[in-house]
Amino acid sequence: MSLCVDCHQREAVVHLTQAEGGEVRTLHLCSRCAAERGVATDSEVGETPLGAFLAAMGSGGAMLAAAAAPDVHCPACDATLGDFQASGRLGCPTCWETFDRPLRELLRRVHGATRHVGEAPGGTTEGAAALSMPQQVARLEAVLAAAVAAERFEEAAELRDRLRLMREAAE
Amino acid sequence: MNNPSDVPGGDLPWLDATGPDSALVVSTRVRLARNLAGRPFWGRNSPLDREGVVRVVESAADESPGLTGAVMVRVDGLSKRERSLLHERQVISRELAGLDASGRVRSGAGLLLGTTASVMLNEEDHLRIQAFRSGFALAAAHADAAGAEGELGQRLSFAFHPEFGYLTSCPTNVGTGLRASVLMHIPALVMTREAAKVLHGLGQVGLTHRGLSGEGSEALGHLFQLSNQTTLGKSATELLDHLGRLVRQVVEYEERARIALRRDAPTALDDQVWRAWGVLRHARALGFEEAVTLLSSVRLGVGMGILPAVARPILNRLLVLAQPAHVAQDAGTGLEDEALAMHRATVVRRLLADTEGGG
Repeated sequence: MSLCVDCHQREAVVHLTQAEGGEVRTLHLCSRCAAERGVATDSEVGETPLGAFLAAMGSGGAMLAAAAAPDVHCPACDATLGDFQASGRLGCPTCWETFDRPLRELLRRVHGATRHVGEAPGGTTEGAAALSMPQQVARLEAVLAAAVAAERFEEAAELRDRLRLMREAAE
Repeated sequence: MNNPSDVPGGDLPWLDATGPDSALVVSTRVRLARNLAGRPFWGRNSPLDREGVVRVVESAADESPGLTGAVMVRVDGLSKRERSLLHERQVISRELAGLDASGRVRSGAGLLLGTTASVMLNEEDHLRIQAFRSGFALAAAHADAAGAEGELGQRLSFAFHPEFGYLTSCPTNVGTGLRASVLMHIPALVMTREAAKVLHGLGQVGLTHRGLSGEGSEALGHLFQLSNQTTLGKSATELLDHLGRLVRQVVEYEERARIALRRDAPTALDDQVWRAWGVLRHARALGFEEAVTLLSSVRLGVGMGILPAVARPILNRLLVLAQPAHVAQDAGTGLEDEALAMHRATVVRRLLADTEGGG
């Protein structure tokens, strides 16, 4: 059994391979320390906070700015950024608006991106209209792949035609 | 719900070894995290809120033609044994089963079991839609999960942000909400000490790997679960393609390592495989870890033509059926350590005797 490289106490169950500055390395972590580094290990880490990770990255400018305003409460669920830092979990969908700036910074670090690409709810036109052209194309591609995988070929042919039209329109 | 095999998917079709690359890939799982708009997430919701989640999802499922036959299981109404059975079958997480450190099952914990997909209710997110497939089948598993998601999404309003995508309780899941995992059996890479190097070298943008359902050491049974780490900024298709390419590479490396093993240590390999087969066929007491380790050697032996015709579905299913709650269920009583190990050996002998292999 190998021990977690962070806490040197618990067993390492998560093995994170990452590229940093052109160098590839693997970190052996217990699920708690993995969660603290913002590594998703699925539901096995339910009680373990992303909070410490957040606190650790608190030296980032955006986090400091937010931390300087600890009194901001989410208007929908009353959660504060401090609650998020302690639990690693947001309180409700509105928290994503309330804490937009620090979350954006966090997303950049965790995912290397802040913008969703792909499916939107229900394939509604409202959902689609809110998406940029490349997002709509990506979303259709995903639907197409799903249709092909499920062997719904008629639907797939139709989607393929729609995709072609969208790409032509984009050019 | 005394017998978990009576529910949809209860016969564990995702372990039937009929999927692509079943020699090296046991199964594929895709899950989509979704939350209901305008409702507090887990952690800030009340028992009443959680009941509300169960109620609206249940009625949405009732109205969905694609979810006909789906069964709603109130996990919070099950005994510990029943919850353990569902957890061992991987359809509910340790937390939802109340088997984590808290030791309590939360009110509103639910499971919607359909034939091609299942939904955990009131886990960390309101809905965790999951699909399992036999072998290496990312697109098919995603199509199953996306199908159920689409059906429910027509009747439910999911929390969605025009820039961040599907909103989740934890920022590590936001965007697509997609986590795809591929359970691989790579004994030759471990035995030739290449596994660490290979898994190491694959990390171009971040790949996590962990042991079988997070149990014990990473190498238990030489089973590794590879999954995508990020969920935002790439479409589901891109995320699946990327993971798929990595899995494909690992499959190739494992095949090469098997060739090297046969070339460099044929006698030791033969001996290990036959020895494992002998112990599994004759032991009178087996621990879970021991059983899984021996099954790994047998599985390798079958894959390399050393052992003829041991049915792979049985080797796969034993990964679930040799776990404590399933062994106890089979015995029909609650069992403690020693009796459990004895009955496990009985279960293993019985299932392996059904196959014609081994001579």
